[in-house]
Amino acid sequence: MQLAQVILNGLLLGGLYAAMAAGFSLVWGVLNIINIAQGSAVVLGSYVAYFAWRYAGLNPLLAVALAGPLLFGAGWVLQRFLIQRVIAAPVLITLVFTFGMDLILNNTMISLFTADYRKIEGVFPTVPLHFGALTLPVDRLLAAAAGIGVAFGLHFYLHRSRLGRAIVAVRMDRQTAELMGVRVEIIYATTFGLGLAMAGVAGCLLAAIFPTSPLNSAYYLHIAFVACVLGGLGSVLGAVAGGLLLGVVESLGALFVGAEYGTTVAAVVLLLMLFTRPQGLLGRAGYE
Amino acid sequence: MTSRGRLAIAIAVIGGLACAGLPLILAGEPYLMRLVTMFSLLLVLAASWNIVGGFTGYPSFATGAFFGLGAYVAAILQAKGVDWRLALVAAGLAGGILAAPVGYGVLRLRGHYFAVASLMLGTILKELTTGWSDLTGGGMGLTIAGAGGDPEVLASFALRVSLALAVLTVLLGAAIKWSRLGFGLDCIRMNETAAAGIGVDAQRLKTYAFILSSIPSAVAGAVYAGWIGYIDPTDVYDVMWSVKPIVAVLLGGVGTILGPVVGAAIFVALEEIVWRNVLSFSAGGLGVLIVLLLLVLPAGVLPSLVSRKTRS
Repeated sequence: MQLAQVILNGLLLGGLYAAMAAGFSLVWGVLNIINIAQGSAVVLGSYVAYFAWRYAGLNPLLAVALAGPLLFGAGWVLQRFLIQRVIAAPVLITLVFTFGMDLILNNTMISLFTADYRKIEGVFPTVPLHFGALTLPVDRLLAAAAGIGVAFGLHFYLHRSRLGRAIVAVRMDRQTAELMGVRVEIIYATTFGLGLAMAGVAGCLLAAIFPTSPLNSAYYLHIAFVACVLGGLGSVLGAVAGGLLLGVVESLGALFVGAEYGTTVAAVVLLLMLFTRPQGLLGRAGYE
Repeated sequence: MTSRGRLAIAIAVIGGLACAGLPLILAGEPYLMRLVTMFSLLLVLAASWNIVGGFTGYPSFATGAFFGLGAYVAAILQAKGVDWRLALVAAGLAGGILAAPVGYGVLRLRGHYFAVASLMLGTILKELTTGWSDLTGGGMGLTIAGAGGDPEVLASFALRVSLALAVLTVLLGAAIKWSRLGFGLDCIRMNETAAAGIGVDAQRLKTYAFILSSIPSAVAGAVYAGWIGYIDPTDVYDVMWSVKPIVAVLLGGVGTILGPVVGAAIFVALEEIVWRNVLSFSAGGLGVLIVLLLLVLPAGVLPSLVSRKTRS
């Protein structure tokens, strides 16, 4: 029974990881860049939720409607006018570039908000739900459901809307899409905007449960990356699967190996995955 | 004499003079001694990163992992009473021994996958070091007894050792670049599939490069530990130890022999001049430097100068 509870906790955590990984995976798959600043963008989303709650009493799950568009705009502008200039450069250059952006964003947040942990309190009922012997905290359940819901929303946006189809087309074959009249630079900007918007949404959901600090950003980046590789690159549903799996693996790892080795367990799983099935659980081979 | 031979002799002579002369010239100038020691350690990391990141074209973020490993191996051995010279050698050996299987594994990955897998190495070592507190002191860190002596003697000592290590690492880079190994690495960087086609054993050569690059990094960590006198996992496994060398090489010129020297000098100068004045935004300042560098001078200082000369 303890095992079932641990797996359930992992799934609830994994719902949040899914939201974090979905945007990261989309940007990686379409633009072929790893956005090192994704973790800091998640923290920025958390701050939006925190200050909206602190000064306007807004529920952090509703702050999604604030953080999403805000980070979308920031991401669009960043991609269109800055990252676009190095987009064709080798992996090393784009990695170091987004690393530089991460340093700037993270250090700015530390300067403005300090590194102190801030927690949203008193929004959700503290009495958990009970299903037989299983315990289900209300805030975690709502946040995980919202995370998976938003990720599915992104998936359907990509597969149903006109702009979404254009993004998928660019991911599959940039040159052909260009020949069909798709403006690739605009698609890149939109995609990067969507990636940061997902980070902002994930940040709001995390802020509903966990304390917020710029110090969390490296861990969030790590999560997004591992979940993304587990699920398979360039597939939003893959990122959801990877996120849920990672949540369960981390919870089981904490139970059997010890909570202090959580990152190592996840990293070892990741390395095994990279060696045996680099295209991920649901992904297709060919993206590098 | 060939231009290669002249360059190698120039590096050895100037480096030797610097090793012999600078400690005497800088005696009684603790601030400058610290600065040159910082420069030398960064140069060691930059020149050794250049072997994998520059010559072979694999974007490694594992430098910090070997730096941290070297620091801990040396610190633990010295705490057990081992002589510092032996501790430095042991640190280098530990780096190489770890690099062999790790390199053989992660170098099968390419592009982003390789970059992040190499980054994970530092994260894993940091967590293991923190967890294994009986040996490593865990999050509390370790104090190295050698630092208990005269700070001036220690500073001069660290300066000489790090300078010598830097000269050796630059010479190692030159030796690799001009050897058959360097030629193979060149082929791998340009087109690995084609390299395999003409009979280059890519997997073996990449692993050699990775091992050769890890040894100086680990020794640099050992020198750092003895110099600072106190290490903890968040300090020596900081991802900055992986990123700063890359930025230095990007500044100077990727894949060149003197690029790391020029880049490390510019980097340390910028770090001192600019960030000393805005200490609370030092990481952000590095970020601004990175973004500007890649937008304005993507090829680095040395190749930009060279190409301007050849054009005119």
